[in-house]
Amino acid sequence: MQRNNLRKWSSVFGAAAVVAFAMPSSAQQTKYDFETRMNIESHVGNITGHAKDAKPDYRRYCVGCHGELGDGNGENFPWVDPKPRNFQLGVFKCRSTPTGTLPTDQDLFDSIGRGFDRSNMPQWSTFTKQERTDLVAWVKHFSPRWVGEKPGTPITIPPEPEVTPERIKAGREVFARVQCWKCHGVLGQGDGPSAATLTDDLGRPIAPFNFAEGARPKCGDTDKDIYRIFMTGLDGTPMPSFADNIKPDEAWDLVFYLRTLMSQHSKEKAMAKQLGLKPVDPNAPAGQQ
Amino acid sequence: MRVSSYSRLRDVSYFGSLVLFAVTVMLACSPRANALPAFARKYGLRCSACHESWPMLNYFGQKFKDNGYQLMNDRDAPIWQNPSYWPVTFRITPIWHRVSTGKVMVDTYGSNGAGGSVVTGSTLQRVSNSGFDISGLDFHTGGTLEKNISFYVLPSSNNAAQFHFETVMGRLDNLFGSSWLNVKLGKFELDNLLSEKRILTLTGNGGIYQLYHFRPQGDGNVFGQMGDNQLGLEVMGHSWNDRTRYSAALLSSVDGQVGLPYGSNAYSGFFTFSQAFDTGKAGVQRIGAYAFVGEAPTNWLTQTGPNGATVIPGAVGNKSFSREGFVGQFYFGQHVDLQVVTQHGQDSVWFGQGYGDFIDGVASGNNTTGTTLAAGAQAPTWNGVLVEPHYIYSPQLIFIGRFETIRMSQQSTPGTASNFGNISTYTIGYRYNPFMTSRAGFAWHNEYNWLHQDGTAPDGTNLNTSELLMGFDFDF
Repeated sequence: MQRNNLRKWSSVFGAAAVVAFAMPSSAQQTKYDFETRMNIESHVGNITGHAKDAKPDYRRYCVGCHGELGDGNGENFPWVDPKPRNFQLGVFKCRSTPTGTLPTDQDLFDSIGRGFDRSNMPQWSTFTKQERTDLVAWVKHFSPRWVGEKPGTPITIPPEPEVTPERIKAGREVFARVQCWKCHGVLGQGDGPSAATLTDDLGRPIAPFNFAEGARPKCGDTDKDIYRIFMTGLDGTPMPSFADNIKPDEAWDLVFYLRTLMSQHSKEKAMAKQLGLKPVDPNAPAGQQ
Repeated sequence: MRVSSYSRLRDVSYFGSLVLFAVTVMLACSPRANALPAFARKYGLRCSACHESWPMLNYFGQKFKDNGYQLMNDRDAPIWQNPSYWPVTFRITPIWHRVSTGKVMVDTYGSNGAGGSVVTGSTLQRVSNSGFDISGLDFHTGGTLEKNISFYVLPSSNNAAQFHFETVMGRLDNLFGSSWLNVKLGKFELDNLLSEKRILTLTGNGGIYQLYHFRPQGDGNVFGQMGDNQLGLEVMGHSWNDRTRYSAALLSSVDGQVGLPYGSNAYSGFFTFSQAFDTGKAGVQRIGAYAFVGEAPTNWLTQTGPNGATVIPGAVGNKSFSREGFVGQFYFGQHVDLQVVTQHGQDSVWFGQGYGDFIDGVASGNNTTGTTLAAGAQAPTWNGVLVEPHYIYSPQLIFIGRFETIRMSQQSTPGTASNFGNISTYTIGYRYNPFMTSRAGFAWHNEYNWLHQDGTAPDGTNLNTSELLMGFDFDF
């Protein structure tokens, strides 16, 4: 009787182990799921990209980090920081579209070509436009979001005004009012009081951007890129969209002020020096910086 | 007592469950496959990201090299690496090969009448020998010393473990924040788009580009060797996406020999320019041109060469040479590409008459003071082309072909057969990499080369050589 019970529970335990180890992979998508989306296209300018045409390039260039299943679990995952993007989630930092929406094909195209500073994602500027557009379609085919959902509508960016000392001071007011300093620090060094507590949507620690370090922002380093970053947010990270808190004209002021925090030479930085502009005071009452 | 079939079935079920459990645990716990050469290790990219099939660079790898072995992601400086990271890779190739050379002078034997044999003469015959062997060892170290300061050092040995410095260079990258200005100093490979140092073939004649080393028969110019690493200074620049490239190098005309040999002050220049074009699904096509021009010594300045041999100094000084041609890199989709190099070469008539070839320290009549040129002697000139197609089934499997032909257009010595010294060679092979990761490289390499040269057999007839090679080519 005892021997029979042992046999019974061994069988059950063995089967349970198979199911337990298999469960994480069944919660993810499989290659079959991707096959059903292999006809996804992308459109950048007048070029149409096809997911199936990008498979050799993805295998050659991308799979080491982003993984066979596009889930960011490539062989280099343990040694890479920040971690490679999980394309299956359909969540992307660098977009021209409102927070929570999908990026446009152009956004993904630009991300591939620009790369991400201070990460292991290179500038893949050597691809032809067709190859890059095909890769955009391949990235899309990893996530079911692209099947039922359209990309968001790109935000409207008003023309950039001329930089003036008044605008830089106004930008400093915005920096204080929306409390950018809480994460980025009063000097923009990424050492704000909340910095150490930040995690991304996957629960991994993440550091706020350090403006003073000399790195380029990951989503581009033109004034328009910086405008877009805080007006659309960086989805998947604690960096929200401030589109509801900052008016478009104020947003340009903030861009100019952020330039004064960066280590690169700029006319904003020179103006700030002439003004004798001090860092924001976290303890100052509202409107009294 | 017989065991019932039902009991037997239960036993099997019990045993099978245990096995299934054990196998499942093993598979779930098996480590990720990983392996590693230095740059791939540093950046977490697979070898295939930079290499069409290692060691040959693809477009992205060429850009990485042109950036000073940097991805330009602001994490190129060593301070961003774990201190345990060491930028070192070694490469070596154990092989089996069979070499067959036609018309080799061998002894003939006859009986000595006492049960032994005696050499009775000599004859020309084909000699084939085969066996296991190893290549030399390349010990690469390179990368960045700081952002925009790169280096490369390559101690390299022959298969008898005799080392020399193949490459020693420091480079200032992206000067004044511009990719158009980079300065390299030291001993380095010339900026050949089709790099011989990253050649996909390994046989004796197939493992070099004949165009990069060609000298007419009897020519003394050992310095016009595009395939040899040279000592000098190179200025190089490129557009941000590497579509446009140029380089200009000032070199000592010593063929990479260190210690200021010869004592002479001769310099050469190597210049390249290329432009790449985006052709949609076909890929990126590149066409360019190169020129290797300069002067090289025909005599020692002193009476004793570096190996102690007494050499009578000639009095003809430095003489000129040139090599120029076009380069094309053509891609037809993701699986097929074609590399093309052309060359027109010319050496000074003095080189053509054998002056300059004293690198082995042996005095020859052509290095005697006061020697005059033979009547009617001319500057030798030649033309050649190299065509190398690849079929890349996948980053792990590449098929290689190459055809080279070099034709003399003018012989140096009057009365010499017009085709004397002409070369034709073809090479076929494949490399299979059983894995492709960011940790190590391993290729199962198979190759066959055949080379034909006109008039260079000991009896003045044509000479054919062939080699079959297979081996493990690996680096870590």
